[in-house]
Parts: sequence; C-alpha cells; structure tokens
Amino acid sequence: MKTCLTIFLALASLRAAGPETILLRGATVHPVSGADIADGSVLMRDGKIAEVGARIAVPKGARVIELKGLHIYPGMIDSGTEIGLTEIEAVREMSDISDIGLFKPQLRAAAAVNPASEHIPVTRANGITSVITSPGGGIVAGQSVLMHLSGWTIEDMAVRSPAAMRLEFPRIRTPNRFGDSDAPQTPGRASAYTEAKKRYEQQLRELNDFMESARRYRQAKTAASADFETDLKLEAMIPVLDGKLPMLIRAEKEKTIKEAIVFADKQKVHMILERGAEAWKVAADLKAHNIPVILPPTLRLPDEEDDPYDKPFSIPGELSKAGVKFAFATFGPGAEDNPRNLPYEAAAAVGFGLPQEEALKAVTLYPAQVWGVGDELGSIEKGKWADLIVTDGDPLETRTQIKQMFIKGAPVDLENKHHRLYEKYLAR
Amino acid sequence: MNRFAIFLLALPLLAGETTVIRNATVLTVTKGTFQGSILIRDGKIVEAGEKVLVPDGARVVDAGGQFVMPGIIDCHSHIAADSINEGAVAVSAMVGIEDVINPDDPDIYRALAGGVTTANILHGSANPIGGKCQVMKMRWGKDAEGLKFEGAMPGIKFALGENVKRSGSPGNGFGASPGLRYPATRMGVEDVIREAFTEARAYQKEWRDYQAKLDRHEQAIPPRRDLKLEPLVEVLEGKRYVHAHCYRADEILMLLRVADDFGFKIRTLQHVLEGYKVAQEIAVHGAGASTFSDWWAYKAEAFDAIPYNAALMTRKGIVVSVNSDSAELMRHLNTEAAKAMKYGGLNETEALALVTINPAKQLGIENRVGSIEPGKDADLTIYDKHPLSNYAKVTKVFIDGQLYFDREKDLEERPGREARKKALIDKFKAQEKKERKKPEPTEDKKSEEPGGEQ
Repeated sequence: MKTCLTIFLALASLRAAGPETILLRGATVHPVSGADIADGSVLMRDGKIAEVGARIAVPKGARVIELKGLHIYPGMIDSGTEIGLTEIEAVREMSDISDIGLFKPQLRAAAAVNPASEHIPVTRANGITSVITSPGGGIVAGQSVLMHLSGWTIEDMAVRSPAAMRLEFPRIRTPNRFGDSDAPQTPGRASAYTEAKKRYEQQLRELNDFMESARRYRQAKTAASADFETDLKLEAMIPVLDGKLPMLIRAEKEKTIKEAIVFADKQKVHMILERGAEAWKVAADLKAHNIPVILPPTLRLPDEEDDPYDKPFSIPGELSKAGVKFAFATFGPGAEDNPRNLPYEAAAAVGFGLPQEEALKAVTLYPAQVWGVGDELGSIEKGKWADLIVTDGDPLETRTQIKQMFIKGAPVDLENKHHRLYEKYLAR
Repeated sequence: MNRFAIFLLALPLLAGETTVIRNATVLTVTKGTFQGSILIRDGKIVEAGEKVLVPDGARVVDAGGQFVMPGIIDCHSHIAADSINEGAVAVSAMVGIEDVINPDDPDIYRALAGGVTTANILHGSANPIGGKCQVMKMRWGKDAEGLKFEGAMPGIKFALGENVKRSGSPGNGFGASPGLRYPATRMGVEDVIREAFTEARAYQKEWRDYQAKLDRHEQAIPPRRDLKLEPLVEVLEGKRYVHAHCYRADEILMLLRVADDFGFKIRTLQHVLEGYKVAQEIAVHGAGASTFSDWWAYKAEAFDAIPYNAALMTRKGIVVSVNSDSAELMRHLNTEAAKAMKYGGLNETEALALVTINPAKQLGIENRVGSIEPGKDADLTIYDKHPLSNYAKVTKVFIDGQLYFDREKDLEERPGREARKKALIDKFKAQEKKERKKPEPTEDKKSEEPGGEQ
C-alpha cells in the first residue's frame, strides 16, 4: 500500500504540473462497446480517451504505465444514489435528501452535495466513477445530478446538472405497521384505504394541474407579456416541457408504472422509469415507448409472498430479452444499499438469465446512454472522458481487486476511510 | 418429469437411506478441497473422499462437477419469528423465540434456496438483556418443533448502544413504552446488566442454600421461581450462551469487563462493527465475533465500520463469522464471505469458514455441522459454480441427508403453482361478481318481488 501511496503522490504532483498524457499499455482492454483487445493500450490526453488499440506509439512526453496481466474497464456508473446528500442515514442533521412540500422542481441536488463525503472515496475504491444523486420526497422531488466521484467542488464533479427532474408518481399509500410518514394514520383498514385512495386521486389532479400551470407559464414567458413574473418552481419545469430534461419517474407497481407511462405520453415528457419493480409486467409497453428502466436492487426479497424465490434475480434477464433498456442502481448509501456493491447487483442477475456482457453494459454503457451522455461516458472509445479502472479480473466478481482508477484522465486515489482505519488498527 | 419418476426419487428417502453424491468438487472447509464423492447414511456423512465405494441400493446423485460445500450457517437472523422485540422492559430474559416460531414463513424456503441450512434466530436489540434465542435448521415443511436444532446450546440476546438507548422513546416501533425507559445512555446499559447479574447471583445463592439444606436433610422451603433470573443463572453457570449485539469499541470492552467481573463468558459479539479496534481484548476474553461483511454509516455507531473487520479479527485470533440479520442478505452469505478476501485478504477456505465452521463453533454445534467430515450431519449445499463467485447459484440443498431444496424441482412445480393461484383468484373474482349482481335486500324491493321466496 505504501508504494501505491507513493506512486499516487508522485502522480498527483505530476498532475498539478499540467494535464498529463498517459499511455496505459499491456492490459486486456474491455471497451464494452466492442470486442476485447488482448495486450491492448489506451492513450489518455486532456482528460479524454485519445486512442484505443493493440499498438499505440508512445507520444512525446507521455507517461507509460505498464499493466501486464491486468484488465482495463470503463468506470462503473450507479444510476441511483444519495451520495453527497446523506452521510449517516439515521442522523437527521446529516441528511439533505428530502425537503418539505409536494412540488419542488427548483431544488437542486447539486446545491447540497458534499464533495468531502466519506462515501465518495469508499464508493470509488470499488470501481464506481460516476453516480446519479437524487433528491426525494413529495411528488416532484427536485433535480438529480450526474457527477464524477472526484473533484474539489461540485463544479469539478458534475457531468450533467441537472441530469433529470425526479418525480415520485402518486400512488395509493396505506399506512404500514411502522407508520408511513406520508400516509394519514386512520384506524380501521377500510377507512385507511378510502382515505389513501382519496389522497392519491387528489395528488394526481395536483400533478396534472402543476404540469398545466408550468405549460401556461412557459406560454406567458414566450409571449413576454408586461405582467410576467418569474416563478422559480415553474421556471424549473421548462426544460422538462421542452423535452430537454428527462423526467426520472419513480413507480414500482404495474398500475403505477402504467399510469406514469400514460402521464409521460400525455405531457410529452421524456421518461426514465425508476425502481420499476414490476417493469417485467409492462415490458412490451416500456419497449414500445422506448422508456429505459433504472432497476431496483437485484439482491432483494421477492416483492410478493408467492413469487418464485428467484424472481428479483431473473427480472433483468427477462427485461433484456424483451428488449427494454435498463441500468443497475443501489439507491444507497443505506445499511444494505452500498453503492460500492453496484457490480454485485448486476452479477446477481447473470446466473438467472442475463448474459454477462449485458450485466456489464448495464453498469457502464447503458447508464451513460440512459442519462444522455452516451457519447461522453460508459465505454472505452476515442473522444469519451477517460474514466477507467484497472483490475485484476472481472469487476462484477467480489474477489476482483480494483488496482487503479482514472477519472477524466487523472489518476484517482483509491485510499479511503475504511482502508485507513484498517491499516491503523492492524498495526495496533 | 412425470409423477412416477418423482415417486421413484422419493422412495429411497423414505427407507433407511444411503445416498452418494458423486462427481463433485468437494469443499470440506476443514479437510481441504478435492474432486470426489460423499457417502451419506441415515442423515450423516459416512465418508468423503476422492474414491468412495457406492454401496448396493444407494441413491446416486451425480453432481456433474458442481461444487458441494457444508450448508451455510447464519449466526444472526430473525426469520420465522412471529415477534422479535419485547421492548417494554430493560431485561426481558423471560421471553424466548422458541415460543414464536412460524414454520410457514417463506423466508425459510428462500434462505434454504440461498444455501442456508442452520440459523440462530435471535430476539431483537431493544434491551440490554433481551430474550432467549433459538438455533434452527431450515427443514422447510416441518412444524415449529421440527425446525429446532435438537441439542443446540440455548442462547440469550444482549444488546448495547443506540437501539437500546432509543427504545424508551415513544413511537420507536419496539413495543408499548409510552415514556422514556431506562437506560438512555451507555452508562445506564452497563448498570442494567450489572444490576441484573447481581440479582441473578443472589437468586442463584437462594437455590444453592436450599439445595445445601436438602443435602443436609434439613427442612427447607424452595425459593420462588423467577423466570427472568433463571436464564441469567444459566449464563453464570455456562449453560446458556450470550449473543451480544454491539457496535462501538468502548461498549464492547465494557461488556467484556462486566462478564469478567461476574465470571461468565460472552459467547459471541454480534455485529461488533468496531471489533477490529479491540481485537486483542476480544481474543483474550475468548468471545467469538459475528459481523456484517460491509454495512456501514446507516447510523452514528456504524460510522467507523469497515469491511476489513472480519479479516482483521480473524488475523488477531478471533473465531469470526459473517451473518445476515436480514432475510435478503441471508440468501447470498457465500458472496458476503467473499468480501473478506477482497477486504483483508483471507484465503478461500478462511472465507468459507466465516459462514460454515466458524458460526458452528460460535453456536457450539461444530461436532454436528459446519464442515464435510465423517460423522457430521449431512447438511450440504451444491452450487453450479464456485460458491465464492457472484455468478454461482444453489442447485440442491440437503439437510440431515434429505433433499430440502432442488432448483429443478422448484422450476418444474412453478406452472402448477401458477395454475392453482390463478384458479383461486378466478374463483374469488367469480364469487365477487355474483355478490355484486345480487340486489340489495332492502325492505322496498322485497315487497316488490312477486311471490317472494316461498
């Protein structure tokens, strides 16, 4: 480790001198977008991938890193996290995920991401180079950010801000035994259901009204009438209405997903389905509408008591067969939802019908495409950001070690809180 | 497969049975790895080796080169328990999981399908001294008694830290405690445990005095039984294991010292996320450590948790297991164990030991389960790939030599199950429709009906 650190420090100091040109050589290159290259090379210049191939001449002034016996993959992308918005889940003071109110499209995750969060180095140590971080709560929750897991400020980190407008689609929510904070507590099941249904119907109306207000606001703005007044909430919706900003719509059950599809169709918004647990029931519809899915964790219990034991494991394979585009996500940090474990959510589907190459693509190239940065991230191709990981094997396998990482062509320190504590107490 | 074939397969299971699993990669955990066979008779492993003679009449299971390992043991689970926490009192030693086992919990089958054959089902973490635990085998289909691991040492749950402190506050979901319940600090947690064992000692003395009087043939009145203190006396006498939920290094050390003072042992420290900070002290006391592979930061006391915990404690001489505390995580403890290779560099055998022989030792059942050795229970899990691979899936699970999970059979039965489910739903829908069509039996309508119902 010490040597690693020394090398890193050396690299860091070099980097400070200016953007470095680095040639990675002698590794098996897995571009993901194309065939693997045995004994391949990747040239990184000005933060971008300048060349990929079997033989690349060493440009003048380039530093060469020999990687014999190792593998180069694109860095992985977690399509659903709360990284930077929460440090310790249970401590209210350390959470900035969910604000008050139902319609808050003006809230920006990027405004509250803590670039010094301990979760960032811990997560990237396992090969994750970018994540989506989203606000939550209410109906229109706010703006998600797509960011690199490296940088002094959010401005260094952000790839797209906003990357999406997040909507938690209204649904009938009856109070559960732990007391759902959002649902009214009414004794008696029947009345609780009636209340919940009424609430849901009202929320649907409010959502449609809100979209209508936004539309009229845009009209008034375009007309530049004298009495036009800026409204930050409605202003934030304009890119959504213009089809420039996708709507990340959380919907889990078949009924909600179907309603969300109808909504997106009617409102002419570009929809990305989030946590579509029952997306497999609506696969044809999703495919027909070209709606991609951010999958809920593969490693979860079956959604229904009488589902086959392996249902969550087989869903990604089923969606893949149906031609639905999807990306994996962890929705962490939480106890069981660890963003560093993203590759294992993908791997868990492989034994149950998802081809390994598709699993790998669904944590690299597919998320890049879903988030509208398919020509910037997600594969090892000329012109893309040089977000690369160097491994001693398949990154979807737990036993594989991540040896090196580059984000925007710069070496990234893989040291983190966990490893520091390990070294400290191992030496005790 | 037709019904007749299934019957033939079931036949040897009904007789006094001999089974040979052949053509397998056998990961014994304690005796190395080899290509070979396992001979099972009457639920026990008789022989495991590269060459095993197949006795006449033995049922042969061809593993087709797949991987056989000892059934996974989860040292911390709450599945199949109808209730978990008795949180109204700080010491709830009088209650026990043994009384609330639900053998129909589908999580039992799901755990089985994840390769788990044995689990320690614990009381919750609402009190410094909680309820009694129950070690259980995943004998899906058996009743509550049939699930219990016969002869396993009884246990009791202790808990320290945030969950305990929090349990007094209203609306915490841990039972009916309207006001604050003592303790609310880690100081109070220590005090509650010391008070309880001080009482238990006095209670133990009452019984000893009574016994001494009887031995001297004196007249004596038996002390009144105290169901709360009885399990604690068992702890003092080494007849009941303490499984203590804990997080921070300070509280771990506190508990070890309390136990030292009262002369008993902590059998396992559960979660023990900062165990790596006081590994020496844990090793000296002789406690086992049962931890999560990599959970962290979900609460304040988990902020210094590290995924190297299992490996570091192993290196410092502690018997370590990796547990689930979750019906979901329980389904892939094999790859949870693999994380100790990634974080801290354990080898394959050490990693597999974290979910097999080590938890068996911690539960005092290592003479029965946890490795593939002659004389042990034939609790075996077969994977299609190496169990430390994320691509591996369970194909068969044996408990006591009986096939309790078979993926092929599960797949075969699905259409039938779906058809039955659909038939039930259709029947219900038809019923509902019929009821909806029936006119409201109001007085007016009745009088309008010509002839009525005569």
